[in-house]
Amino acid sequence: MSDQVDDLVSAHSTALIGVNGGPPAVTGTAPRPTAWDRVKLARHPERPRTLDYIERLTTGFIEMHGDRSAGDDQALIGGMAQFGDRTVMVLGHQKGRATNENIARNFGMPRPEGYRKAERLMTHAAKFGLPVVSFIDTPGADPGISSEERGQGVAIAESLLTMADLPVPLVAVVIGEGGSGGALAIGVADRLLMLENAIYAVASPEGCAAILWKDAAKAPEAAETMRITAPELLRFEIIDAVIPEPTPAHLAAEATIKAVGAAIAHHLDALESAYLRGDPRGGDRLRADRYAKFRRIGSWRDGPF
Amino acid sequence: MVRSFFHRHGKFQPVAPDDGRAEQKIPDDLWVKCPRCQELLYSKQLEQNARVCPKCAYHFRLRARERIFLLADDGTFHEWDKDIAPRDPLGFADGSGTYAEKLVTTRRKSGETEALVTGRATIGGHRVALAVCDFDFLGASMGSVFGEKLVRAIERAGDRNIPLLTISASGGARMHEGMFSLMQMAKSVAALARLGNAGVPHISLLTDPCYGGVTASYATVADVILAEPGALIGFAGPRVIEQITKQKLPEGFQTAEFLLQHGMIDLIAERTSLRTTLTTLLAHYGRAADHQAMLNPAPRHRPSEVALTLTEQGVVAAHVPALSLAGRSVSHAEPSPHHE
Repeated sequence: MSDQVDDLVSAHSTALIGVNGGPPAVTGTAPRPTAWDRVKLARHPERPRTLDYIERLTTGFIEMHGDRSAGDDQALIGGMAQFGDRTVMVLGHQKGRATNENIARNFGMPRPEGYRKAERLMTHAAKFGLPVVSFIDTPGADPGISSEERGQGVAIAESLLTMADLPVPLVAVVIGEGGSGGALAIGVADRLLMLENAIYAVASPEGCAAILWKDAAKAPEAAETMRITAPELLRFEIIDAVIPEPTPAHLAAEATIKAVGAAIAHHLDALESAYLRGDPRGGDRLRADRYAKFRRIGSWRDGPF
Repeated sequence: MVRSFFHRHGKFQPVAPDDGRAEQKIPDDLWVKCPRCQELLYSKQLEQNARVCPKCAYHFRLRARERIFLLADDGTFHEWDKDIAPRDPLGFADGSGTYAEKLVTTRRKSGETEALVTGRATIGGHRVALAVCDFDFLGASMGSVFGEKLVRAIERAGDRNIPLLTISASGGARMHEGMFSLMQMAKSVAALARLGNAGVPHISLLTDPCYGGVTASYATVADVILAEPGALIGFAGPRVIEQITKQKLPEGFQTAEFLLQHGMIDLIAERTSLRTTLTTLLAHYGRAADHQAMLNPAPRHRPSEVALTLTEQGVVAAHVPALSLAGRSVSHAEPSPHHE
């Protein structure tokens, strides 16, 4: 797999997508990566993970553990950190690299206690007026027996509810895999950003292929028709901006992390200026506009058949 | 003798109602076999018993309009937004054809235009806003129209200060609409956040089956969660869990009874007494609201301008003020000719 990915890199680095969805500045003749190419890039084991971003972009990170109920999820981490001159609440899915670490991190698939911890930290952020920054990178929520027993569905739903009502700015970045409800559970944001080679999907391409094609091997076709890439989702206005990856993140970690940091700072500044500066009730406007943002997402036709 | 043939006891008892849960349509035939106890049931008798097996209390699946017929006071149901139609924003196609084609055949087969039927009615004299899944329409999967109809129903419930009753049976988010579907989870829950802030109750009834994006969004963001006996409810499907974990699932896994035992739902509601249960619940909320109004006569909740633009026919004119506030035309919705 990684051979194929490496082959891609030269082709890929010629395709750039503007932050505001401008036309790709194709400078070579190499084809743009397919959706499936991007799935492989998004899952690349050397791609920077949440902790890499936290380490390089923030100082004084205090990881806050546990949901105060059942346990501490290693797949969804969070805590307070200084980002620029602000203290923010950082949340993120954390995948491992080596096998052992991956098992400890449950491959980045949160269990209910992960979502309950995230919810606790978001409520904490609201209490002290901290903006929330979340890094999305998960194959999806944990599909295990004990997660079902402890209410995986309810845990995700309640996290969505908490975010919908949060009076502080929320900026989320899909840095790798945006896997369905497990990703959305920390992604109901005022600004949703995606790295150029990240993906965000309602189901994994393999899962979708298994159900609709009855053949998981059709995942590349599913990936294409599901429209899971950042440029497509920007066109649908489901996300707010694409952060370019002139070189795929696993080959240019420093530059990618820097670009992500700059984008987060830009959007936090903009949200603060638009809503919170000099307006003690700005949180209400922020919530109202967040509602409006999600309220209009959809594709339908009004009128009689 | 014959009786004992129909009552299969002991080792002849089928283990699980695993077979043909999806195929329990009541045909025109006179007799229906209960998939759980194998009893042969006279179909009229089954109808009269709200499609609950009189022998083993197995709850057969119901279509959306059958549910409404069973629950709403006679002649009180007024449907909302029945003319919102799905589109194919992704140009989605799988091995068996395009989403656009699938919508045409599904519409013809199910007789519905989408997987969610919404409207208002009274139950035991209490006004409610209703949103009811129709599993026969693409497994009642939640796509853009499902989300939009649901959110309009939630907003109307809020504006009119009437309780919301959702009745769910769904496979989850609709894959054919990709991320548009996933975002309906956020959209519906955000609408419920506002409903909750307005102090309007949401009662959620989970019926067989409830999975994925529905279980992980509006259906479990409720003041009271009820489930029908035996309904299968979960986030991940049992086959997925088995495949991934290679573990054998415990007996009764993901049934309503299992959820009750694990503290995930308020109560199990037998269909034959469901109207009574709901009427009692609605009376509690009504009494609470009346009492609040008595203590503090100022109107607790004033209908906003939004309500005035939502008519009974479901025709919507600039239905959310925030739409224009936001200043971006994003909704991908073509305005109805009625609007002008």
